[in-house]
Amino acid sequence: MIHQLIDYETLSLIWWALIGVLLMGFAIMDGFDMGLAILLPFTTKTDIERRIVINCIAPVWESNQVWFILGGGAIFAAWPLVYAAAFSGFYSAMFCILFALILRPVGFKYRSKVPHATWRSIWDVALFLGGFIPTFVFGIAFGNIFHGIPFHFDDSLQSFYTGNFWDLFTPFPLFCGLLSVCLFTMQGSTYLALKTEDPVAARARIAGIQAALLVIIFFTIGWIWLKNGWVPGYQLVERINPHASSNPLAKTVESAVDAWLHNYERYHWIWLAPLLGYGGATLTAYFLLLKHPGKAFITSSFAQIGVIATAGLSLFPFILPSSSHPNSSLIVWDSSSSHMTLFLMLVAVIIFLPPTLLYTAWVFRVMRGKVTAQDVQTNKQMY
Amino acid sequence: MINLDVIQLSRLQFGLTALYHFLFVPLTIGLAVLLAIMESVYVMTNREIWRQMTQFWGLLFGINFAMGVATGITMEFQFGTNWAYYSHYVGDIFGAPLAIEGLMAFFLEATFVGLFFFGWDRLSKTAHLATTWLVAIGSNLSAFWILVANAWMQNPVGSQFNYQTMRMELTSFYDVIFNPVAQSKFVHTVSACYVTGAVFVMAVSAYYLLRNRHHDLAKRSITVAASFGLASALSVVVLGDESGYTITQNQKMKLAAIEAMWETDPPPAGFVVFGIPDLATHQNKYELKIPWALGFIATRTIDTPLPGIKDLVALAESRIQRGMVAYRALSHLRQMKDHPDPQTLALFEQYQNDLGYGLLLKRYTPSVIDATLDQIRQAAWDTVPNITPLFWSFRVMVGIGFTLIALFTTAFYLAARRRILQNRWFLKLSFLALPLPWIAAELGWIVSEHGRQPWAIEGILPTYLGVSSVTTAQVWLSLMGFVVFYTLLAIVDVFLMIKYIKLGPIQRIA
Repeated sequence: MIHQLIDYETLSLIWWALIGVLLMGFAIMDGFDMGLAILLPFTTKTDIERRIVINCIAPVWESNQVWFILGGGAIFAAWPLVYAAAFSGFYSAMFCILFALILRPVGFKYRSKVPHATWRSIWDVALFLGGFIPTFVFGIAFGNIFHGIPFHFDDSLQSFYTGNFWDLFTPFPLFCGLLSVCLFTMQGSTYLALKTEDPVAARARIAGIQAALLVIIFFTIGWIWLKNGWVPGYQLVERINPHASSNPLAKTVESAVDAWLHNYERYHWIWLAPLLGYGGATLTAYFLLLKHPGKAFITSSFAQIGVIATAGLSLFPFILPSSSHPNSSLIVWDSSSSHMTLFLMLVAVIIFLPPTLLYTAWVFRVMRGKVTAQDVQTNKQMY
Repeated sequence: MINLDVIQLSRLQFGLTALYHFLFVPLTIGLAVLLAIMESVYVMTNREIWRQMTQFWGLLFGINFAMGVATGITMEFQFGTNWAYYSHYVGDIFGAPLAIEGLMAFFLEATFVGLFFFGWDRLSKTAHLATTWLVAIGSNLSAFWILVANAWMQNPVGSQFNYQTMRMELTSFYDVIFNPVAQSKFVHTVSACYVTGAVFVMAVSAYYLLRNRHHDLAKRSITVAASFGLASALSVVVLGDESGYTITQNQKMKLAAIEAMWETDPPPAGFVVFGIPDLATHQNKYELKIPWALGFIATRTIDTPLPGIKDLVALAESRIQRGMVAYRALSHLRQMKDHPDPQTLALFEQYQNDLGYGLLLKRYTPSVIDATLDQIRQAAWDTVPNITPLFWSFRVMVGIGFTLIALFTTAFYLAARRRILQNRWFLKLSFLALPLPWIAAELGWIVSEHGRQPWAIEGILPTYLGVSSVTTAQVWLSLMGFVVFYTLLAIVDVFLMIKYIKLGPIQRIA
């Protein structure tokens, strides 16, 4: 059959990379409008200014949000066990994110439909929460993956989560939550600075520089945290057969003090990832200082890529380590969909992703230019 | 081990959120196409009124679209949060159409919908028209992929169980896409969406005409809605019939339950127009039957018998017994791990199509293979869905379908004779018809999904096995969250809709 053109091991690896790419796409695209929503209360003083900020992303945020939805769909299709174990395990956290996300479509659309001040300030809070809560909780969830999650499978592969909601909020995950908020705020500030004029743009630049510096500081602390083994990692005891059908019960995993840095000791080229994170954030602060928001947006996007890649590469091959039953951990080689599904989905990505990127770029080109107070006051289509 | 509360609450939550989401989806899909038609007329005739119409209906479309997106986000993630075992068991097949929906359809719709609203002054007329059509095409493609996924739940083709991974795996994506259920469901559902859009435009226009407001906009809108609505309403019924025909092939029990058909009648079977199904005695009271009708519709022959519920239960009983053999063989295979004994493997392969029926016993005995005859009989009766709501939902839905055909035919006739504007009684009737397509759509969903019970995947995975191992408190909390959130949003949505309908075109708030 045609799907055997690419062997299963390679396909599993490609899909690990592709999910990473989708996450990065999410951080770059949805990241800037989440970050912009976080900045909404801090960069504006008047209703007109708030409308300027909202209208910066009004034409594109819906498209950006598809990265999130696509990420969910892709994890479902490529890693059904991860989708099942993670989302049911993180049940309450997941609903925090979902309820916050519900606020966004209606918030954007409905806020300016009624001129009443209370109505508008309620929706402003809703929009802020719709940006802040998902960003913070994503970071917390990611941080918990480093700790390992208390889950296991029975022989029929039903997953059982044995922790509770409040266990998620330990220091390292909370810290990752803050890093995530700073990353998206930085991303949002560059876009806001690009799309607006002073004084909003000036406030965005200052916020962006602060966020970029915090990203650098938090990224360093995170590294020290892992380096000193304060968050122990996991490692495979023996190599498993990557061509066998996905069965997460057929391996032995043990906890090891600095296991999350082993990949960095073994493969030196992957140092590129943290370097990209540092370089991207530093240059973002620099370009914002020089009032080059366009360049800052690009370097900030690289910072997102760098930080996500750093996390993914240090976990590899783990996707979802289990703290209560390490042998139940989900890794790249035993959580994937079947050979045929992975191949088929790859073909779908190759066919549909390039045109999607092209028409998205075209829409951004059509909507280019700054949003001004005059636009907001005269253009009837604006929110 | 099986927590009934979690199962019931998860089902309630999924059902409520799906029904709620489906209040907004039909109007989005239907209005998107109507907007594209109106804007096409604008670009072709260059008459300003058609641009105003597109923008006005576009404004209402936007209010509704936001709700559709907001309630859709949670749908995709609920499979993981509440139906984790389901996600593992069928994600290999079911996940693919959902992911492709995001990639090829929702991206298209969501990217161009922004341009539809904000691109009026930035795009040439043709470029904007293309944008509007892409939104319409995107929303239709979305419906297609979601219904491919749903159709696989009704008729799980192109897949096979893998004992090593304990899940269903894809064997032919071609079969999954060209699933006959997906084809008929897609056309039936999108036609129903078009009808919803048409009724909405017609009802609001009728309201304006009755009040003597926005005459130019309303009279053109009502004409477009009448023609588009008539074509769509006919298509709904024809394709509804096609759906009926396809479920005869693979969901005989669902059909028998919808028809409350207890016995296998000599062909061609009659259609019960009215009756009170009595679940205790397995008979219908006060039955009113049209002879032969059902046999013709469902089998398109005069000599193919339609099996009744009692015969289908007997069939289920034998399949459950075969399923027990499959389950026993599977347990042995799982113990042998990488070195399966060829005999056991052959036994499993022979019986694996009935494995799902074996799983029906899990709620009576966790180890399945020690089930008593009594338990097998009980499990066999579990395959009968909830007859009374199905019987009535189906009849009301069909009744509304024919009512709407009559309404659109009259509208079309009156519009063609240019008498629609004077006919106040008809305008009142059109306004009163506003809720009908929503009622029909929700009932259609109930017939399709409640009628699939007890299965999550027909014949493969019972619904109660699909749930996550979460606590009752967790699901209560999320369910309450949904109820509070969705009630508030519904109030806001209806408030804004009414406000902007009353305001009418042109006037805008800064």
